[in-house]
Amino acid sequence: MQFYSFPNLIRRGLRGHRDWTPAWRKAEPKPAYDVVIVGAGGHGLATAYYLAKLHGVTNVAVLERGWLGGGNIGRNTAIVRSNYLWDASAHIYEFSLKLWEGLSQELNYNVMFSQRGLLNIAHSEQEVRDLARRVGANQLNGIDAELLSTDEISKLVPILNTSPHTRYPVLGGTLQRRGGVARHDAVAWGYARAADALGVDIIENCEVTGIRTANGRVTALETTRGEIRAGTVGLVVAGNASVLASMAGIRLPIQSHPLQALVTEPLKPVFDPVVMSAAVHVYIHQTDRGELVLGAGIDAPVSYDLNGNFRIIEHVLAAVCELFPIFSRVRMLRQWAGTVDVCPDASPIISGTPIKGLFMNCGWGTGGFKATPGSGWVFAHTLAHQEPHPLNEPFALDRFTTGALIDEHGAAAVAH
Amino acid sequence: MLLIPCPWCGPREDDEFTFAGEADIPRPADPDALTDEQWADYLFMRDNRRGRHREQWCHTAGCRRWFIVERDTVTNEILGASTYGNSS
Amino acid sequence: MSQPFRLDHGGRIDRDAPLQFTFDGRPINAYRGDTVASALLANGVTLVGRSFKHHRPRGIVSAGAEDPNAFVQIGHGARTLPNRLATVTAATPVLKVRHVNAWPTLEYDVMSVFGLAAPFIPAGFYYKTLMWPRRFWPLYEHFLRHAAGLGHAPDAPDPDRYDHVHAHCDVLVVGAGPAGLAAARAAAHTGARVILVDEQAEPGGSLLASRERVDDLPGPDWADAVTAELTAAPGVTLLPNTTAFGLYESNLVLLAERLITDQPDSAGSENGARVWRVLPKQIVLATGAHERPLLFANNDRPGVMLAGAISTYVRRYAVAPGSRAVLFTNNDSAYRTALDLTDAGVPVAAIADVRTDPDGDLPSEARAQGIPVHPGAVVRHAHGRGRVAAAELCSLDGAPLGAIECDLLGISGGFAPALHLHAQARGPSEWDPMLAAFAPKPGRGIHPAGAVAGELELAAALRQGTQAGSAAAAAAGRSNGSEPEVPRANDSAQAPIQPYWLPPGNLARAKPQFVDLHEDVTLDDLRLSLREGFESIEHVKRYTTLGMGPDQGKLANPLATGVIAELLGRDPASVGTPRHRPAYSPVSLGAIAGRHIGPLADPVRVTPMQEWHEAAGASFENVGQWRRAWYYPQPGESMHQAVARECLAVRHRVGILDYSTLGKIEITGPDAGEFLDRVYTNAWKRLRPGRCRYGLMLGEDGMIFDDGVTARLDDQRYLMFTSTSNAAPVLAWLEQWLQTEWPDLRVYLTSVSEHWSNIALAGPRSREVLAAAGTDIPLARDDFPFMTFREGQVAGVPARVFRISFSGELSYEINVPADRARHVWEALVDAGRPFGITPYGTETMHVLRAEKGFIIVGQETDGSVTPDDVGLGRLLSRRKDFLGKRSLSRPDSVRPDRKQLVGLLTDDPAQVLPEGGHVVDSPGPQRPLPMRGHVTSSYFSPVLGRSIALAMITGGRAALGERLHVATLHDDRWLPARSCHPVFYDPQGARQHV
Repeated sequence: MQFYSFPNLIRRGLRGHRDWTPAWRKAEPKPAYDVVIVGAGGHGLATAYYLAKLHGVTNVAVLERGWLGGGNIGRNTAIVRSNYLWDASAHIYEFSLKLWEGLSQELNYNVMFSQRGLLNIAHSEQEVRDLARRVGANQLNGIDAELLSTDEISKLVPILNTSPHTRYPVLGGTLQRRGGVARHDAVAWGYARAADALGVDIIENCEVTGIRTANGRVTALETTRGEIRAGTVGLVVAGNASVLASMAGIRLPIQSHPLQALVTEPLKPVFDPVVMSAAVHVYIHQTDRGELVLGAGIDAPVSYDLNGNFRIIEHVLAAVCELFPIFSRVRMLRQWAGTVDVCPDASPIISGTPIKGLFMNCGWGTGGFKATPGSGWVFAHTLAHQEPHPLNEPFALDRFTTGALIDEHGAAAVAH
Repeated sequence: MLLIPCPWCGPREDDEFTFAGEADIPRPADPDALTDEQWADYLFMRDNRRGRHREQWCHTAGCRRWFIVERDTVTNEILGASTYGNSS
Repeated sequence: MSQPFRLDHGGRIDRDAPLQFTFDGRPINAYRGDTVASALLANGVTLVGRSFKHHRPRGIVSAGAEDPNAFVQIGHGARTLPNRLATVTAATPVLKVRHVNAWPTLEYDVMSVFGLAAPFIPAGFYYKTLMWPRRFWPLYEHFLRHAAGLGHAPDAPDPDRYDHVHAHCDVLVVGAGPAGLAAARAAAHTGARVILVDEQAEPGGSLLASRERVDDLPGPDWADAVTAELTAAPGVTLLPNTTAFGLYESNLVLLAERLITDQPDSAGSENGARVWRVLPKQIVLATGAHERPLLFANNDRPGVMLAGAISTYVRRYAVAPGSRAVLFTNNDSAYRTALDLTDAGVPVAAIADVRTDPDGDLPSEARAQGIPVHPGAVVRHAHGRGRVAAAELCSLDGAPLGAIECDLLGISGGFAPALHLHAQARGPSEWDPMLAAFAPKPGRGIHPAGAVAGELELAAALRQGTQAGSAAAAAAGRSNGSEPEVPRANDSAQAPIQPYWLPPGNLARAKPQFVDLHEDVTLDDLRLSLREGFESIEHVKRYTTLGMGPDQGKLANPLATGVIAELLGRDPASVGTPRHRPAYSPVSLGAIAGRHIGPLADPVRVTPMQEWHEAAGASFENVGQWRRAWYYPQPGESMHQAVARECLAVRHRVGILDYSTLGKIEITGPDAGEFLDRVYTNAWKRLRPGRCRYGLMLGEDGMIFDDGVTARLDDQRYLMFTSTSNAAPVLAWLEQWLQTEWPDLRVYLTSVSEHWSNIALAGPRSREVLAAAGTDIPLARDDFPFMTFREGQVAGVPARVFRISFSGELSYEINVPADRARHVWEALVDAGRPFGITPYGTETMHVLRAEKGFIIVGQETDGSVTPDDVGLGRLLSRRKDFLGKRSLSRPDSVRPDRKQLVGLLTDDPAQVLPEGGHVVDSPGPQRPLPMRGHVTSSYFSPVLGRSIALAMITGGRAALGERLHVATLHDDRWLPARSCHPVFYDPQGARQHV
């Protein structure tokens, strides 16, 4: 692997950047691997990297139907945080956040992880209570979290409309200073490059069309580039999890929905932290390029369509104009959607299945990006040991049978 | 935007409607007779199909009737709608 | 009034309406009809901005929405418009135009050092560096952020409001060039309802700068005539200044109509926008084509301009964008430009044509005019720094052909159809080798016509437009039986284009050749991207930021497809183009938001007593959409004092609460009791008419969904109360079960939440107050016992009175028709005055219920709480099934260490625990620290003279009295407390029975 550094950039720059080599090989599929990971998104590539790096499993293929990183890793709003309510979530997201903090150096790829702070704002008394509850849990779980008053919020983001005279005034909020954003595509590329350097085969344009099993064990995958044998298979395909699982006769508690996002034209810097409002479904931050990136709530109908319903955009922009009245004249540049795999409890599934050797990592819904390093780390452990790491044990598929759900929807804002 | 063909009111924009997931998941007649796995299958497991999908909609801001729509979940093309009981 | 580059005659500007605006404070003289760009050119201003990354000097490239360079800031303050294109902004007298992305001035930009560093900051350089030392990243990022960005956001809230229009039509024609005008005319001919939109200020498109004649009229005159005809036609809506920016499912088309103004209080020419949602039956796509740039060294110098744009400036705006021109082309269209320039008296020093034998009608005419044509020649290098000074030519195999002086270099690499809208809606397209570009194929209800369909010749475009208009109208069910006339124009014999992507050999490697001018993506950047394996067009886009600027790569992407194909040795069709996404041109957030802001962001629901509450000085809280009286502070009172006073009034005398927001559902029919049995956990069929019962409703997952009292009004009629926020969800839930699962039940549901207002009288004197207000209902304890309901008159109004209590006191909830509620409320307040009646709000209601240990769904519960968890296991019937019952026997539902509702009493009675605070057995510094649960409700109880709290604690019920510690949120303190039974006041429930 060519080492990325400032001196190397200069040295090669003097030669017209002619000697840079491909970030990863365009591998041809071999007939068999120890482990095959389906899906070259962030989670899949991270899994492959940690398998090779930490568990010495290098006879690994990552299969990708289209182009690497073309799914949700390249479609999300790039937000990273770990301020989750329940212990199980808090532990895995915080573990992930710690990995983020050293990820550029670990991968020798600048993923531009920017800990500019993440602000959640509340618009009702019950929301303030819910945020206080979350901050309390975060603090005792060792996660940085602060409860902010409206005045403190106003100081942090002066352009936010904190007037008491808006339809839903800002009544308080929480701040996770270690939260922030990263350059999402770079995460996929960085893991791909690092995994490739450790011998992992990344095979693009290779669609899985069937899963072969014998005696309750997975044996091979049928693909558009031929059969590939493997005793251990990890499905990490986000919105298409149900489709792949059904090839092995497995039903999942997942529904796929479009999740839309948009960017505006680039502006000179106007605010620093990520601002999130669950009540009005707004997630907003300003990229290093100066664009405002905005996320919305999911489209209600189950769909694999990548356009989304424009009504959602209207609603989110109305909310943004309420919260940030100075953005009303700023213009939307580009709007897109990804397909998110949503579990009933808004928590992921990182788990074995009734078929031996077949593992799932899915159900991340709207929040998978931030978990990328941690998810890959624990899934690699799960594949290598054929059993879960304590961090992902609570995220087993059987929790839907026992009822041990990890409900991260947050408390429903219902009042008497 | 989807134009939802309400069997009672005709085609209307989708923001008049509420989507409520897959159709054809009848409530078990005797839940106590089910294993935890069978109950979980009823409660949570979904086909989440890519392609033809039968699903429940309610014309919330209209006649408030529930009905079934068949839709392609990849193209969002609506293939038909039926009431509970008979097709239209 | 010096406009050195303004031509003496011609153009569509109004020379009788001169005007002046400023650019960076300099006065710019213009005429009505100018754009900012045409006026700047007329005034000899060629440097209009600095590029995004390298801060290179940039000029105007095009005459439309595809321009990658001409971004300017308009106006100041709240109404400023960042990043507007000078090429589409109308010149008006009030405009104040400023450059963006340069400091301190456009001419001397400090950041232009990036241009010198360009060899070391290729595409994606930031992925390879800025990683060490790790703690320096925030510093690096600060620098990157401030170097990036473009214009400035407004500095104050937008004072403007924006409207939406919803429209239907038979045929929507997008684009009012020759094909679009012909299509609209043909469709209107059938009587179809037509909407014709064009992003330019006036219809006509390329006709407005055309040399050709249509129906024996000069092109612009024909456009005017058709425009007049369409304006007069019934059923035709003509929308200039309107961009179709999005095409969605069901062929929903989003339009942004720019509202042009020169009002002095506006910042500029554009006073917001109006978004149209149009649902046409058929769409004619006549969006034209974008001229493709060509690659050569320093192809970004001001003065390098698309050939078609030069013609537009000359013919439409009467501006000569230079004084001596060289043209570089691979097709015939640039010869038109050469003729236009010659007509305008601008010498054309040379035409370099990639083709070795350009022999069409136009090249012949140019030759006949004496314009030097260099076949088989290309421009390899543009000389000059701030502006083009000369074009250096070479042969196709790289042999130098010398430099030719010029200050204007017109380029034409062919035309790429503007298929953006079509592609947004997944419309099919295919590679057209004649165009060397992707062209759309007809899609569902979509009829491409004219240049977008690859038809670049005027006569053919008019014919195709006419046919598309007729076909679209017919498909929409409109036809009048006669064929519309096809406008006549002369076909000129055109020679085919010769695709030209890469300059010959390795020439000019040292000099940047820009593929994407806005994003400063060079040919070398594309080479680097491919070298590093980023070969998919989507990878190239993401790695190099190709096409990611505010111009959305309209010029860059079609060029990049060919360049990448040639670099990879592949077919351009297989390379493809990055996915097109809305919006075609940027649209302001406010315009998309429309009126759904401010007070209209969400409806405000108030009760009939709202004005009374306001007059009484109440503070309000939002509860869902409702605005509810929170507490009623008297002068000088804090919230705490007001609530304490209200609480004690209820406990000792009588209080009055507006409880109208509760959801109310009437459930009628012979099977109503059976229905309630299925949806509530407890038994209902045997409840006698006139009686009330508390019920719990679960989701199928066994978790508490809602609670409330339901009364049996008569044999087949029940009235269900739901929590305020759950009124709509509960009704929807009940209807869903009834309609989809149990259609055999004869049950009817009616929401009566808005019809009946609910006034709660609570406190030991409430019976006396009700009597004093006047009622025919016998009120004696045994006549009207607890948990029963009576109908009668209250204060002369028919009422339903429920003896139910959410405070634990003697209480009457009085339901009266909403239009009489204010009267009854005031009558009760008047009658209660001798008893010291006190209005109380939601905060006091919460304290009173917490003293009684009553839960609030959503506060004590969070979607993971079963009835048993909150101590309501007795409400679970064993004798019947009910929704959610099966889930209660799952392993996790019967875990002994589930969180359970308990009370907490602090050691210090004055200490009020923080709501949301977490509870541990023993405090300590280690993290994570095992948590037992959290405080759900916490208040100071005035009647008890101490703090109380409710909490959900693992295994809490079995260990009442245990010692616990609650964490504070702002400091590292721990508050000691003991758990207790969650009913703090009147545990026997005697007071509500009196």
